[in-house]
Amino acid sequence: MKFVVAVKQVPDTAEVRIDHEKGTLIRDGVPSILNPFDAYALEEALKWRDTLGGSVTVVTMGPPQAESVLTEAVSMGADDGILLTDRAFAGSDTWATSHTIAEAVRKITGVNAVFCGKQAIDGDTAQTGPGIAASLDWPQVTFVGRVREMTEENMVCERYVENGVQVLRVELPAVITVLKDANTPRVPSLRGKMKARNFKPVIWGASDLNLASEETGLEGSPTKVVTTATPEARAGGSVHRGTPQELAVIMADLLLGREDHR
Amino acid sequence: MDYMLSEDLAAIREICGEIAQKHIIPVRAQLDEENRFPREIMGVLAKSDLFSIYIPEAYGGTGMGSLALCVATEELSRACGGIAVSYAANALGAMPILLFGTDEQKKAFLPPLASGEKLCAFALTESEAGSDAAGIKTRAVRDGNHYILNGTKQWITNGGEAQIYTVIAMTDPSRGARGASAFIVEEGTPGFSYGKKEDKMGIRASATRELIFEDCRIPAENLISREGMGFMVAMKTLDNSRPGVAAQAVGIAQGALDEALVYASQRRQFGQRIDSFQGIQFMLADMATSVEAARALTYAVARMIDSGLGKFEKESAMAKVFASDVAMKVTTDAVQILGGYGYMKEYPVEKMMRDAKITQIYEGTNQIQRMVIASALIRETAAGKR
Repeated sequence: MKFVVAVKQVPDTAEVRIDHEKGTLIRDGVPSILNPFDAYALEEALKWRDTLGGSVTVVTMGPPQAESVLTEAVSMGADDGILLTDRAFAGSDTWATSHTIAEAVRKITGVNAVFCGKQAIDGDTAQTGPGIAASLDWPQVTFVGRVREMTEENMVCERYVENGVQVLRVELPAVITVLKDANTPRVPSLRGKMKARNFKPVIWGASDLNLASEETGLEGSPTKVVTTATPEARAGGSVHRGTPQELAVIMADLLLGREDHR
Repeated sequence: MDYMLSEDLAAIREICGEIAQKHIIPVRAQLDEENRFPREIMGVLAKSDLFSIYIPEAYGGTGMGSLALCVATEELSRACGGIAVSYAANALGAMPILLFGTDEQKKAFLPPLASGEKLCAFALTESEAGSDAAGIKTRAVRDGNHYILNGTKQWITNGGEAQIYTVIAMTDPSRGARGASAFIVEEGTPGFSYGKKEDKMGIRASATRELIFEDCRIPAENLISREGMGFMVAMKTLDNSRPGVAAQAVGIAQGALDEALVYASQRRQFGQRIDSFQGIQFMLADMATSVEAARALTYAVARMIDSGLGKFEKESAMAKVFASDVAMKVTTDAVQILGGYGYMKEYPVEKMMRDAKITQIYEGTNQIQRMVIASALIRETAAGKR
């Protein structure tokens, strides 16, 4: 089986502080890490490779220093890594990013499944996984809490949704996005770390993927960030006491804006 | 202090640190309480190749040597001395095969140990033969292509959990220490069973159990080295493994120092942090200095072993005796700094104090170590080497 895991380098949000005046993140001096959700996607791919045989290729798109997340993935057991880096990719939104990664998956050829984390902890969009599937025109299963079984033809996934679990059989090739319920990511092995020390990723740019400038980067991105702002801190709530009947009246008044009970 | 560790050794420390954080610290108190062997954690260590480091590449290992084993044992011990000894005891059990085994024995028994698929244990101690190791009563009698073992081994670390045992037994009791021989015994051999599991003061996650041999027939090719070499095999094994006990002691002490430092920076009395009091500061300074000295001595001996120098029994004993005495003192002081909280099971330092005690006792008591050191000194002096 040939698996691809799409990963992202993100700022460690546990370390990020907010510039309250500008309403932006202070990224200076913040360490970059592998997006935590991607570790579950990677573990799931590694687990199935270990069971069924084959290979796991990690792909990331980002600046040259994003190589470090590929190295980390190799130390955990990934077979190889591809870094998609090019000035032409700068400013990509999730549409352009999905499209670019999908082109890389096409170029790899013969891929049976793409594993993504549920979402990245910096953008929190959860769009790139589904975007890759759409761009490849492959089926997708999002929010996978467990992969029950897998063959060359299909896999059976448990999709954790708000009010229960959907069990879905999906034809391969497909894209899945993985939840942290799926597994416990392995600790890197000594041999993995030794291999990772000499690891150099394959580097592909826009021309390697035959991407025109309007397909990727800022130009290929329909989303434009108009402004970012910090939401106003919520005022404290209010406490009301009384019998259920009295409280129902107060609540109805509040909801209808009839009277200020504060 | 920077010990100029190689990238490989730094990687081992990093991996062990991550395993300690993710897999050991969350469960150590429970395993201690329940006297439960950390099988799952052994699996995690195996997956991370940590059982490979003391086994040569030719037999499925990564061949990283004594210092690597010390670094791994120290880092695991920093989180839990009981789990760390369950790991390190494998190296002790494999040592007779590594040092004296034939190529066939190494090929047969080392690869599954390197992968962590099987665990190993060393069996020397008996109820009447502790420090006086030559007093063992377990007998091995040759019978054609077999040896027949009879006797009981006591306090065997990894007993009941390991699949491969290296056992010292008497082949010729009339010759005393020169009548002992070393054997490899596999779990499941008819006549080999386990006795009671001990309920210990510390290192409670580790398994300590009796091994019982009743007309246990093992193939003659499982004899390590020659008949009569058993005592030599055991002594060389312990010379090689003692830096591991020293590393365990350094790790336990470091773990206690870490806890004491954090606590002293948070605990407030008389309106200020207790680490602002000179009485506490001097304790912390002495604890840190002695841990560093113990680590430096331990690493120096491990490097001496890795360099291939043949003779290091004195130095190996020095590292074990010094580091274990440091561990006892530092963990006791850590409990003192945490005061009443330190005495409670809510905090990990009382466990560290209980775990530290065994390092002064096993693999040769500290009194025996001092005898080893002194007799080496006296021999060297007599030979005009000093």
